[in-house]
Amino acid sequence: QMEGAYGLGRVAMAEEIAAWDVDVLPDGRGLPVGSGNAFDGEEVFADKCASCHGDFAEGVDNWPVLAGGFDTLADEDPVKTVGSYWPHLSTVYDYVYRSMPFGEAGTLTPDETYAIVAYILYSNDLIDDEFELSNENLANFDMHNKDGFVIDDRPDLEYATWRVEPCMDNCKDAVEITMRSVFLVETPPEGGTNSM
Amino acid sequence: MADMFKPSRRAFLRGGAAVAAGSVAGAAGAQSPDTLITELQDWASITGAGVDETPYGLPIRFEADVIRRNVEWLTASPISSINFTPIHALDGTITPQGCAFERHHSGAIELTKGDYRLMINGLVDRPLVFTYEDLERFPRENHVYFCECAANTGMEWAGAQLNGVQFTHGMIHNMEYTGVPLRALLNEAGLGAAGDFKDKWVYVEGADASSNGRSIPMEKALDDVLVAFKANGEALRMEHGYPVRLVVPGWEGNMWVKWLRRVEVTDAAVESREETSKYTDVYEDGTARKWTWVMDAKSVITSPSPQMPITHGKGPMVISGLAWSGHGQITRVDVSKDGGITWETARLGKQGDTKALTRFYLDTDWDGAPMLLQSRAMDETGYVQPTKDQLREQRGENSVYHNNCIQTWYVNAEGIAENVEVS
Repeated sequence: QMEGAYGLGRVAMAEEIAAWDVDVLPDGRGLPVGSGNAFDGEEVFADKCASCHGDFAEGVDNWPVLAGGFDTLADEDPVKTVGSYWPHLSTVYDYVYRSMPFGEAGTLTPDETYAIVAYILYSNDLIDDEFELSNENLANFDMHNKDGFVIDDRPDLEYATWRVEPCMDNCKDAVEITMRSVFLVETPPEGGTNSM
Repeated sequence: MADMFKPSRRAFLRGGAAVAAGSVAGAAGAQSPDTLITELQDWASITGAGVDETPYGLPIRFEADVIRRNVEWLTASPISSINFTPIHALDGTITPQGCAFERHHSGAIELTKGDYRLMINGLVDRPLVFTYEDLERFPRENHVYFCECAANTGMEWAGAQLNGVQFTHGMIHNMEYTGVPLRALLNEAGLGAAGDFKDKWVYVEGADASSNGRSIPMEKALDDVLVAFKANGEALRMEHGYPVRLVVPGWEGNMWVKWLRRVEVTDAAVESREETSKYTDVYEDGTARKWTWVMDAKSVITSPSPQMPITHGKGPMVISGLAWSGHGQITRVDVSKDGGITWETARLGKQGDTKALTRFYLDTDWDGAPMLLQSRAMDETGYVQPTKDQLREQRGENSVYHNNCIQTWYVNAEGIAENVEVS
């Protein structure tokens, strides 16, 4: 085995890697063995998720909406949800398992996570409540917006045209104010509203 | 010049109390001896604070408004939220850490150096665990870089919204980092197992509940990414990732993973939540850009600005601002006082570092007429900061992130500035 240049650090043990490396790739690598359906998921979701995300994943107050919004991405106000926007189901599993519920992350079992993910799909009308989601079939699930993303194309579309010597004089005939700030942010009181 | 545009007559809602233009006589116009000079002042007679009073000091109380501020209604919870650097009141380029903006997804966590562990795993010859002490034994580098949130100026896509440069442009800070190149840690684990680097990635994540996992192409990871443990000479602040954060020069702030706990070499992007649901930019037709990592050239005038009215009346004045580019050095900043009809090239405070904030000044003489102030940055690749209309023509109004448009401040005859859009 190759030694590093400085011989610093120690070899990570399998248990340590297993504890921290829980990421799931779009092709499903990283998924733990397990399964769950929306029928079970509804109960877990009601218990652990619905207070912020709503009984039907529709979102409470300003908390994220997880369902609906299909075909709104070109609208003036797109509704970007798991159903309407997210390209891979792997991300839903990975994020829920790792970082949800908010304030109690890392407490879900793999089966609970599969059930919650199934319930989110069900809330988006993408499966029926008996559909059994598992490490076997999760990566094959076609998300509605899977083809909705392109890799950063600014170099072609923008940089090529914006790398030019700019105008310095008589750049336009006249200038008019077309919009003024909507929210006049009053300076908060002394001491401010520092969030720390 | 004032005839070139037609400012509305709408009365300002903001009070004029802070703006007593020309009412305070300068030293040159004094009619009678200044008692601050002719009378003995306390501070010239009695004593001040001892050296034992303040082991670690805060700014003098008269600067109490130079603080981070948040806007409650922007997010559902202050735990996964943003606050803003008071760039209106700062000068030079280095951001004081104590008022440098914060963006957390599950709050600022407290992690001791003793509890800190960094794991390198995945396609490496031997997966490693480092302690904090291990990191300090690698050869160190110092670099100054800006960290700009991808969402900086994001509220302004559809129009002029928030009235203050702190709120429109304050999701940014600029610090001198001390740390170890990520390359050194990856080499320590051995990259033989990674094979051809061309299609390899590193997935980086934090120790906090949100984890903030992001995928970075191997080419960038081996180039200038730093694993940093000091900023502006001292340990990172808790809210900025104490004891260790990632520094990803020129790239969107989301990728500057705080409380860094794991770096995994992979053969594909993980496409985590923070690079699919978030930090993807929706076009007008509903398709979205992903992996928009670089922050393009940008600038803004910090004074005058809505929080920094002109209070001294006509005559000599300093127009001051910041410029930066994720593509390299800022080479030039132009300033317009008439909404972009004519431009003058400003003076750089000093040549800025690559991928770092650069200060510019235009020393000018104000005749008291209203102005439409703009600044326009150019970087070493020849890229010229676009107008908001140019950006919207390309991207529509819903891309949320990466708004590097030219900002306009309308300054009226009283010296009060307002966030506006112009034709």
